[in-house]
Amino acid sequence: MTITRDSDWTKMFTRRAAVLGGVQATMIATLVGRMYYLQVVQSDRYKMLADDNRINIQLLPPPRGRILDRFGQPLALNKQQFRVLVVPEQALRVGDTLDTLARLIDLSEHERDRIKKEVGRKRGFVPITIKENLSWHEMSRVQVNAPDLPGIMIDEGLTRFYPHGQDVAHLLGYVSSVDEADLTGDPLLQLPGFRIGKDGVEKVYDLQLRGKGGTSQVEVNAYGRAIRELERQEGEAGADVILTIDERIQGFAAQRLGEESASVAVMDVHTGDLLALVSNPSFDANAFSRGLTSAEWKDLSTNDHKPLINKVLSGQYSPGSTFKTVVALAALEHGVISPEQTVHCSGSYNLGSYVKHCHKVHGSVSMVRAISLSCDVYFYEVARRLGVDKIAPMANRFGLGAISGIGLPNEKPGLIPTEAWKKAARGERWAPGDNLNVGIGQGDVLATPIQLAVQAARLANGGIAVKPRLVRPAVQGNAPITDDARPEFESLNIPLAHMEIVRQGMYDVVNGPPGATTAMAAKLKLTEPDMKGWTISGKTGTAAVRGMTAADREAQKRDPSSVPWHLRDNALFIAFAPSHAPRYSLAVVVDHALGGGAAFAAPIAKDIMELVLRLDPSRKPRAEDQIASGDAPAQSEVR
Amino acid sequence: MSDMGFMSARLRRGDMTPGEKLWQMSWSLIFWICCIFAFGFAMLYSAANGSFQPWAAPQLARFVVGLGVMAVLAVVDVRLLLRYAYAFYGIVFVLLVVVDLKGFVGGGAQRWVDLGFFQLQPSELMKPAIVLALARYFHGVNMEEIGSPTALLVPILMVIAPVILIIVQPDLGTALLIIMGSGIVLFMAGVRIWKFLAVGGLGLAAIPIAWPMLHDYQKNRIYTLLDPDRDPLGTGYHITQSKIALGSGGLFGKGFMAGTQSHLNFLPERQTDFIFTMLAEELGMIGGLILLGLYVILLIYGYAIAFRCRHQFGRLVAIGITTGFFLYFFINIAMVMGMIPVVGVTLPFISYGGTSLLTLMLCVGLLMNIHVHRDVHMGVRGGFKDF
Repeated sequence: MTITRDSDWTKMFTRRAAVLGGVQATMIATLVGRMYYLQVVQSDRYKMLADDNRINIQLLPPPRGRILDRFGQPLALNKQQFRVLVVPEQALRVGDTLDTLARLIDLSEHERDRIKKEVGRKRGFVPITIKENLSWHEMSRVQVNAPDLPGIMIDEGLTRFYPHGQDVAHLLGYVSSVDEADLTGDPLLQLPGFRIGKDGVEKVYDLQLRGKGGTSQVEVNAYGRAIRELERQEGEAGADVILTIDERIQGFAAQRLGEESASVAVMDVHTGDLLALVSNPSFDANAFSRGLTSAEWKDLSTNDHKPLINKVLSGQYSPGSTFKTVVALAALEHGVISPEQTVHCSGSYNLGSYVKHCHKVHGSVSMVRAISLSCDVYFYEVARRLGVDKIAPMANRFGLGAISGIGLPNEKPGLIPTEAWKKAARGERWAPGDNLNVGIGQGDVLATPIQLAVQAARLANGGIAVKPRLVRPAVQGNAPITDDARPEFESLNIPLAHMEIVRQGMYDVVNGPPGATTAMAAKLKLTEPDMKGWTISGKTGTAAVRGMTAADREAQKRDPSSVPWHLRDNALFIAFAPSHAPRYSLAVVVDHALGGGAAFAAPIAKDIMELVLRLDPSRKPRAEDQIASGDAPAQSEVR
Repeated sequence: MSDMGFMSARLRRGDMTPGEKLWQMSWSLIFWICCIFAFGFAMLYSAANGSFQPWAAPQLARFVVGLGVMAVLAVVDVRLLLRYAYAFYGIVFVLLVVVDLKGFVGGGAQRWVDLGFFQLQPSELMKPAIVLALARYFHGVNMEEIGSPTALLVPILMVIAPVILIIVQPDLGTALLIIMGSGIVLFMAGVRIWKFLAVGGLGLAAIPIAWPMLHDYQKNRIYTLLDPDRDPLGTGYHITQSKIALGSGGLFGKGFMAGTQSHLNFLPERQTDFIFTMLAEELGMIGGLILLGLYVILLIYGYAIAFRCRHQFGRLVAIGITTGFFLYFFINIAMVMGMIPVVGVTLPFISYGGTSLLTLMLCVGLLMNIHVHRDVHMGVRGGFKDF
């Protein structure tokens, strides 16, 4: 009985054990199946995910290329700096971390708001710059307190520095953080605190200066701590850009202009090299790179001398009497007057019922005398005979009415009017009286200072269509600066005889007619002992400003200082030197100067030209020049 | 022949000397368990980035102690086990109550009692205790009696009472393990299939009632199972990282001590609950299969011992313990592969942890005891029974 029960039970037990074993075998099989699915079927996907987990690719920003002057003096370079960043996902609470940080370094409410906003916009692992240009002291305070500052890190970086910030601000532009609109897909642009050129040379040559970013593959653990570097691909440092500018001339010109609202352009008449391109007043480019305070910005943007505008490229002025050189050449080309033929100046000129005045009674004047005395009546007559459509092509040949093509942003083309232009732009017929205005560079004629320098250069070099350039051709790499061959330019096809007449007139403007000594000649005489016999040739211009009433004009004659500043005449001077073998041209434009081109602009031009001639490398260098152009760059410079 | 006959008679009567009993142990089973432990030892060494501290060396010491415990348990007379099964169950039950009360007083969850030299987890001990108690109960009950509902009342109460205490701790994983393990013992004891279906149905019906009583983290674990990408950096993090580690290990693994997920801390708890993940990351699917194979060998030994045993008590104990092993490794491996929710179940003989390893060795000891006393004839109350 017991035995039967036992064997019944044994049977049941065996059966059920078989079921249990079967179930367990099936379950183990599912484990194997799952293992196969994860480790064989999906293995590649998980391998990728594992690498995503552990490998962090970091971009290495390349050092930005320097901007050098023609002798290798740095105009823009990189300085080492410390900055503090926060990685939001590592900071437990960004607000708390910032509070702690604010006890260690100066952090304004405004800056904190900006950081919090940025934290909201970017992904948690993207570091956000809190503050740049930390002093050594601040940096060490943050470092020491690092355990209390989760997510905070100190970064050693390079910042843009302009050793001559005031002198070259307009020319170089500045660098600033990347805006949404600047993103081109270059991953460098997404780096925190990365700067790109926003104006001037920094903007135009940004790609060359920027270089190529390197990458570093870092293995990180689950907490984001770097364990080791797996692979490093070095980037390419940005290439230097070598300008044609001579910093000494640029700096001197900026200083010589003082408080005036004025521009200077200095150019090599054969190569087109721009030795100086100054717009005054200026601002500190370094302030733009670090970011302006709102007070600074307000100051700059409301100043009536307009420091933010690069007047040398975008200031459009009536060229005034400097334009007479071009009118004279047009007259000779079209034969409307011979050089010897005279025009009688009685102090005024009648065209129908229309009366125009000369600034003096000159009597009978030939062309050379008309240029040197700047007789308006002579050029009224010549312009009447020519008509604007014969003047305009000549002006265009001298580079007026079109941008110079040096490539900087915001350059203005000026304006050389024609009959067709007036019809198109204003819907009016060209009036005979308009010709008279064009004849003396007034009316609708507009030119920029750089165009005036080009015009002077083309007069000086005997009618070669020299084009200005700002950058030396060898901008790639760090090749030594070579004395590159003189570039070839087209001829303007103006007979040399014609050029000689105009140049004689310009010589006389400065040095007086043969035998006579004018007050101007005494003022503009080159005083350097070893420049004896060297002279400057030039042409003054005093251009009325639009909006001036007849009453204002009367008042100006009696007492120029009684006229409001913004209505006073502009003073212009274009020049080249040395007169006998011209090498350099320049243009000076002073806005609303007291006194005209001769009294105000010409002395500035002379001082600058004297320096240019003294620094001319074709002359035997003297000891002090060698010091000034010494090749040792500043110690603080970092490449 | 007479010698053998003499020996078998002694076996039946169970009056062997301790030395003879030791000789009777299944040394090959010990060998296989040592193999599994060696696997775990190597993984603990790797988990500590190539160091015997802090895990591998202490674990080895416990294993050696565990082997001693096993040997002692193997030679104890099986009739004593039968006789004191309820007493052992009762002691563990009291300990569970003590732990729960301490938890209430202390205001926090507590799962262990401090014995000074050792922190004892009563819920771990409950696993062998309930197996022994149930086996003891069914040892005296014949087929007809099992069919009556009243006969089932006692064992069901024996299971439910400690399970409630363990759920309160709260340790849902262990509670479920005990329910499943006990259920299988009941099944093997001959309880009708339809009764299991009925209980299962009741259990399903209880889910809507039980769900609001679950802790948030327990709910999250179930949500995470259903959708691991729901919160990849939160509750889903562990399981996502575990799958990445496993998958990236591929067929042959990244090499011993070269698991990136494990060593760069993407994998949590790599020395305990997720040690299988590290093993499969470093040694690949091949390594995982070898370990599974070793476990299967262990299961086969367990079944063989159960079949070979001539008394109901021993069979049920052997099956109960073997099932325990199975549930342990199946749940752990299924969990790290994202097949079931995250529960705190360790990988037997591999995961780091003193109580768990000692409990396991105790279970091996019981299994060995059954093996040694396979031919002993026992009365209902554990007395010597001859015929």
